[in-house]
Amino acid sequence: MSAQTTSKASPASFVSSSRWLLWSGIAALCAWVLVPIYLVALGALGGRQGVYQWPKTGLPTGISLDPFILFLKTEGVLQSFLNSLGAAGITVALSILLGAPAGYALARYNFHGKDSYRLLVLLTRAFPLAILALPLTVSFIRLGLYDTIIGVGLIHTVLALPFAALVTQGIFMGVPRELEEAAWVFGCTRVQAFFKIVAPLALPGIVATAVFAFVISWNEVFAASVLTVRNRTLTAYLLTVLSESPMHYRFAGGLMLILPSVIFIFAVRRYLFAIWGISSK
Amino acid sequence: MANIVIDRIRKSFGTFEALKEVSLTINDGEFVSLLGPSGCGKTTLLRIIAGLETSTSGDVLIGGKSVIGLPPKERGLAMVFQNYAVFPHMTVYENVAFGLRMQKADDARVKTQVEKAAGLLHIEQYLDRYPNKLSGGQRQRVAVARALAVEPKVLLMDEPLSNLDALLRLEMRTELKTVLQSAGTTTIYVTHDQTEAMGLSDRIAVMHNGMVEQVGTPVDVYNYPATRFVGGFIGNPPMNFIKVPVTNGQVTAGSEPLKAPKETGDEVILGLRGEAVQLAPLPLGLEMKVRVAEPMGSHLLLTGSIHDQPVRVILPSSETVRSGDVIGLKLDPNRITWLSPESGKSFPAATAR
Ligand SMILES: Nc1ncnc2c1ncn2[C@@H]1O[C@H](COP(=O)(O)OP(=O)(O)O)[C@@H](O)[C@H]1O
Ligand SMILES: [Mg+2]
Repeated sequence: MSAQTTSKASPASFVSSSRWLLWSGIAALCAWVLVPIYLVALGALGGRQGVYQWPKTGLPTGISLDPFILFLKTEGVLQSFLNSLGAAGITVALSILLGAPAGYALARYNFHGKDSYRLLVLLTRAFPLAILALPLTVSFIRLGLYDTIIGVGLIHTVLALPFAALVTQGIFMGVPRELEEAAWVFGCTRVQAFFKIVAPLALPGIVATAVFAFVISWNEVFAASVLTVRNRTLTAYLLTVLSESPMHYRFAGGLMLILPSVIFIFAVRRYLFAIWGISSK
Repeated sequence: MANIVIDRIRKSFGTFEALKEVSLTINDGEFVSLLGPSGCGKTTLLRIIAGLETSTSGDVLIGGKSVIGLPPKERGLAMVFQNYAVFPHMTVYENVAFGLRMQKADDARVKTQVEKAAGLLHIEQYLDRYPNKLSGGQRQRVAVARALAVEPKVLLMDEPLSNLDALLRLEMRTELKTVLQSAGTTTIYVTHDQTEAMGLSDRIAVMHNGMVEQVGTPVDVYNYPATRFVGGFIGNPPMNFIKVPVTNGQVTAGSEPLKAPKETGDEVILGLRGEAVQLAPLPLGLEMKVRVAEPMGSHLLLTGSIHDQPVRVILPSSETVRSGDVIGLKLDPNRITWLSPESGKSFPAATAR
């Protein structure tokens, strides 16, 4: 992540050219991600005029946080933002708490119907939400979950859980069984071995799964729109409100949708890179 | 007391029988090797003793108590895994200390034990490194150190030196033996390397196809193999097997008759160690056609045939034999193993010392 400037400019050696290739690749990838975010930010912060200004100035001019703050102060924005965070939090917590044990079982144990179970897990995604929407709404009203963030979180968990189970299965399979067995031999119970050996080694993968669940929930708009009226998530809220808003409001909304994901991923980036390289060989 | 009794252990994986009724007793403080070719069930047996695999039937007793059904940690043993299984997220120090930490040993004891084990295995200078910065041989030594650090009553080792280069292996072998002997650790040592087994063991259990073919001291197993497999697997060059006719209970080798065991039929297999022969003038000795003569410095290795069956014999390097020669050999009657051509088993007369 940190920019290194160690090019000694030695003439056309193989090392320097491959280093050049590496850094230009990194630059291209960064641009791929950063330029759109930058443009959105420019639109959001540039005020009413900034949005329509063309050609864009490379450096931001006339930038101020005021339009964005104005947007934040708009009725409902902050609340829906918090709602979204809540739903995403529920989704992350439940899909890891339920999905990781399922993935561990799939990775470590042989049981009858394992393959059909795996298929069944994926089958939950076979029914489009659009078909389920009406019956879901009815039952949610009956259960008192309609128009609640818990309800939305539960539905998002259903969406994220199959992937959580299958992805964590792959992660746990990547932790060699012998490591666990060695822990048992040297005095661990199964539970201790899991927390001392398996969990630390699986952590990067589990964090990646959490990011994935977070993003699924954060971006989901259909179920959130159908199942809420007043307690909207940010996506659902923006969908209904923004079509009638001025351009820079839309950009502000966009920025607000992007930022939490970016910040979240940035916060957990440490765990996303396998620090020790899982290998027993 | 930590003797180990393996009582009629069977293990099937589906329809495949990996272990077919294995019984073996290891005395307290004894060093026993499980020797056999790859795939004969050595690792499986070790894992059953450790409690990492359940046997299909049979019993394992450690110190007189059945441990079947006990989790590994309650069996009071340490193990070196075939593929090391060092923990990648811990430094070498923490790896070696792992068992002690689980026993809640205090820091001072952990430190002395880790340093002792690390010194023995020559890994002191790697103690703060992570395993992914180590070579295979170094990781293997970490795995051995981790097992030694807890000073176990029973130590199970699965090919613990397989990844070291020849010189280091020789050194480690000697050091392991000294340490384990002085600590009185009951050790089961799995290997497919016969010289390793011969050098280290109090007794060797030779395994083949999920069965123990023979248990005995290295000298016994070498000199009096119970089966053709054992004779062929142990020794370099392996034992020679020559099928010879029996007339009136005797076998003629050259002009000298040898007394065959009385249970034989018309034919018997003569098991002959390559070095149990002497050069003899021809009509007197058994005729051998030498195809290749290789002077090895310490000895002379001859490859050729007796009765049209391939043999390899060893003569002192002072003898001069050239490729293509036909020579006579006098056999040492005390060092001949007689085997049944049908069962491949040796006749008891030869096995009894
Ligand atoms: N979990 C298992 N499932 C099926 N077959 C196995 C399993 N473990 C070992 N085997 C088989 O059992 C036999 C003995 O294996 P192993 O004990 O590892 O042999 P060795 O250690 O002597 O090389 C081999 O043929 C192997 O393929
Ligand atoms: Mg093995």
